[in-house]
Amino acid sequence: MKRAALLMALALGACSGMQTPLAPAADQAEQIRSIWDVMLWVTSFFYLLVIGFLAWAVWRRRRKETAPPRTQVHDQGLERTLAIWAGMIVAGLTLLISWSFLVDRSLASTQDDQALHITVTGAQWWWRVEYTDGTPDKQFETANEIHLPVGETARIKLMTSDVIHSFWVPNLSGKMDMIPGRENVIDITPRKIGVYRGQCAEFCGFQHAHMALTVVVESREDFNRWRNHQLTPAAPPASPKHALGKAVFKAKACSLCHEITGADAGGRTAPNLTHLASRRTIAAGTLPMNRGSLAGWISDPQAIKPGAKMPNVPMSAAESDALVTYLESLK
Amino acid sequence: MGGSARTLLLSALAAASLGGCERETRPLVTPPETGPQSIALTDLYPGSPAPPPKDPRADDYAGNAYHITQGQTYYRWYNCNGCHANGGGGMGPPLIDREWRYGSSIDQIYATIRDGRPNGMPGFEGKATDQQMWQLAAYVRSLGGFTPQASSARREAMRSTPPRNQAKPQEPRPESFTIPQGVSR
Repeated sequence: MKRAALLMALALGACSGMQTPLAPAADQAEQIRSIWDVMLWVTSFFYLLVIGFLAWAVWRRRRKETAPPRTQVHDQGLERTLAIWAGMIVAGLTLLISWSFLVDRSLASTQDDQALHITVTGAQWWWRVEYTDGTPDKQFETANEIHLPVGETARIKLMTSDVIHSFWVPNLSGKMDMIPGRENVIDITPRKIGVYRGQCAEFCGFQHAHMALTVVVESREDFNRWRNHQLTPAAPPASPKHALGKAVFKAKACSLCHEITGADAGGRTAPNLTHLASRRTIAAGTLPMNRGSLAGWISDPQAIKPGAKMPNVPMSAAESDALVTYLESLK
Repeated sequence: MGGSARTLLLSALAAASLGGCERETRPLVTPPETGPQSIALTDLYPGSPAPPPKDPRADDYAGNAYHITQGQTYYRWYNCNGCHANGGGGMGPPLIDREWRYGSSIDQIYATIRDGRPNGMPGFEGKATDQQMWQLAAYVRSLGGFTPQASSARREAMRSTPPRNQAKPQEPRPESFTIPQGVSR
């Protein structure tokens, strides 16, 4: 009894959570969920039918061995049953195929008047996120975290800067590949406020497993507040220690790849760190955002994420401490 | 009899396939930075006819395809192509010819990247890490086809020459220009 309850809980556990297609939070994921449902019902029906016949065959009374063997060539009953059976299989498969075709069609028919334009570029092993709406002073870049206003369709353009990746946020939509030299597009219309997790769904190299992103669905007011904050440059250093950290960032290898708006660091090949501390994770969902993670990541990224493109940058303990303090202040 | 011959053949095959692994060996532990050291920029030495010993790291980087492709990535990331183009040169000198002003062996290229050179070449010491500068040097060296064939890069978009593993076999190019014995400079 207890075990059955535990199993039930496990089965239900899959129906909620921040990374599951079974708890859709957007129109697109809802449609994909409907394929799941149809598939489940059709296959369950056939499964039960087959198991039922099997059970019947096992349990029905065995014929007396003394009975003479039947040599009837035409068994009308059997032929009719088999014809019905084949018809049912064809009907079931047709239902599955046409349902999946219709859902696919509806997902592909994106409208043109989307409210929000976002470009997500996959890279080994993180996501560049650019909000490209409006005039250039309203555009900004962040990494590994997407915010979406609830109830509004966002059009997400998917590109890659190196190899094939695949953008997949199961709660919001299906997978879409990012192909070198191509621009793919998906629409997402989130319906439930919450935080969801996405992941690269196409093997892309050494750290494919550590290439996650966070999607925050929030109210329009919260989204506007977040966007206005992202548009501001990084806060100036608040203390001499922060200033030292900023100087270290600019003098060492950090600024060769990373950008901090307002700090004279303009590298474009690595994640934008202007509002690093406002994100929930660092290193593309590898570690939670806090002082300890930052310090560990900076002192030896190759130990935490072997093969990552960030090198071990040698620096003294005092420099590292100041740098972490500065980065932590980039709210 | 047949069994031992097959074993021999199999082990020979295994050894042959393992030999190919080293060209892409990817070290996951970053070697410690050794700090500045003096690197000779010319073949002319007072007194001794023997050149100073080569940096021991040179062969590790020059003979490894992983390091060369990393260098290829950094070549674009750090805007080397801004001046040197794809090796053909532009504002900066070309990188596919043989004899260079500040030396064209991998450790001399490393020193050039690290310290910078007059008239435009910036120094990357403290900016790029030591390993990145070695990888860049290995890639720059491969632009002119001076690396061993086994370690040539697979991504060929930026190369000025046909891929090494598709090119016709040819005489290996000399490491650097050497004066024949018995000829005075």
